[in-house]
Amino acid sequence: MLILSIETSCDETSAAVIENGDTILSNVVASQINSHKRFGGVVPEIASRHHVEYITLIIEEAMEEAYVQFSDLDAIAVTEGPGLVGALLIGVNAAKAIAFAHNLPLIPVNHIAGHIYANQLEAPLEFPLLALVVSGGHTELVYMKEHGSFEIIGETRDDAAGEAYDKIGRVIGVPYPGGKHIDEMAQLGEDTFNFPRAMIDEDNYDFSFSGLKSAFINKVHNADQKGEELNREDLATSFQHAVVDVLVSKTVRAAKEYDVKQIILAGGVAANSGLRAGLKAAVAEELNDVPLIIPPLSLCGDNAAMIGAAAFLDKEKYTDTNLALNAQPGLTL
Amino acid sequence: MKILAFDTSNQPLTVAVVENHTILSEQLINVKRNHSLQLMPAIEEALKQANTTLTEIDRIAVANGPGSYTGLRIAVTVAKSLAWAQKIELVGISSLKVLAANSLSTSNHYIVPVIDARRQNIYTGLYQRDAAGKLVEVSADVHIESSDYAKQLTEIEGTFELIGLDAPAFYETFKAELSDRVVLAPPTQNLPHASALAFLAQEDEAVPAHELVPNYLKLAEAEENWLEENPDHKGDDWVEKV
Repeated sequence: MLILSIETSCDETSAAVIENGDTILSNVVASQINSHKRFGGVVPEIASRHHVEYITLIIEEAMEEAYVQFSDLDAIAVTEGPGLVGALLIGVNAAKAIAFAHNLPLIPVNHIAGHIYANQLEAPLEFPLLALVVSGGHTELVYMKEHGSFEIIGETRDDAAGEAYDKIGRVIGVPYPGGKHIDEMAQLGEDTFNFPRAMIDEDNYDFSFSGLKSAFINKVHNADQKGEELNREDLATSFQHAVVDVLVSKTVRAAKEYDVKQIILAGGVAANSGLRAGLKAAVAEELNDVPLIIPPLSLCGDNAAMIGAAAFLDKEKYTDTNLALNAQPGLTL
Repeated sequence: MKILAFDTSNQPLTVAVVENHTILSEQLINVKRNHSLQLMPAIEEALKQANTTLTEIDRIAVANGPGSYTGLRIAVTVAKSLAWAQKIELVGISSLKVLAANSLSTSNHYIVPVIDARRQNIYTGLYQRDAAGKLVEVSADVHIESSDYAKQLTEIEGTFELIGLDAPAFYETFKAELSDRVVLAPPTQNLPHASALAFLAQEDEAVPAHELVPNYLKLAEAEENWLEENPDHKGDDWVEKV
């Protein structure tokens, strides 16, 4: 079973060929980061323009790298949402056209399900499982009792964790995307500022990062007004510890309560070294027989391989080319 | 030569299949709808009505701008994906030229297709039929303030015919500069026809599918501002494989 998958939900144009939902034959990603860095964040119109420039080239490369022809393919999969509508439209329309041209089934995929299923490219999923999904747009704990079943048991009430990283990144003047740079700086400092760990002791699995973000920004602005110089590495470390503490502690608590067989980490912020290490240590210490899967760095950011992995589940459900498929920018799990 | 042609560069959606000098099928819808939802089903229908299949198509013609950014991207993405996936020749034609093709004006007249670009700006160009009746571009398509363009036309002798759905809204602006040298095309000629697009594409040279992009005639605002401050980086490539 070979699936050609396409992902264009934000600022990466990606195509992949996936075998049986768990083996990557190719996974080509064209990143627009250098372009959006100029503006300090993703400009939707510019993202859409880049996608249309690269879409067929990237799909062709994915097929060439996998050594497959159209006649070898069993289905086309595409991210239908959530994401930037103009960006999603490029992937969706390319997928529809190619599926029509070769009379292939078309499988729409939820981008967040894709992030979760990136883990299946690393190890088989075992249920029930708990997924911590952390990205620029999402922060949620998802309980899965079986394939394709997603119960959100907790989520952020304001900013996503990745969004908070990007915002404080701007305040201390690191280039977009801030998360990566803050993570690097956080390796060098100490947790001296003791920022708030919002909702850490509350009896639910929700998160809040806007208070932490404001505390951080106030600290920096107050120091600026007094002409004081704060240690940037210590600021980064303190911020990162506050984020990771809350994410890890709630994940561990939920894993215990729901008695899961597996914990998985998903989303762009899964690339954060502090989160990876913190979660690994806590799971080893407090949940010693529960396996933890963390995707390799190459599968943490947006990529089409994860879309192909998630699509494999739905291969029976979508046996036709649905030419009326459309982008769903606000799609939820 | 069998051509599949489509245009979703503005509100109207039009798809046609043309073989040599014959229109086999044509669809034209002008109500506010979602092009992303409608275009592929309309293509399937147009092929079916023409009693043909994509594999029998020799060439795909698409209106690639100017127009609505999203509309252009939907048509261009579908066109280049179909062309690439089935190794079909691909031709991009100006959305303005498609409108101009509706005009029956003789060689004494200039045809001025108009697409509203908001804030009193228009996308427009200057076209004319030569002695043999062939539509030729007299001056390139532009994004311009409507009254500025009307002023520019005063330098040219002759009469001008404004054409397109948005033309009536700018008629007074042009009349103020050109008085009775400007006329409006009849409403029957205001919608783009994919069959006309197909006929225009018969003579053009095909482009590689990967290279076809919309001709927006305007940078994204953020890009425009950035390039003003960083003029040395014009034409830089910002996307990299990771």
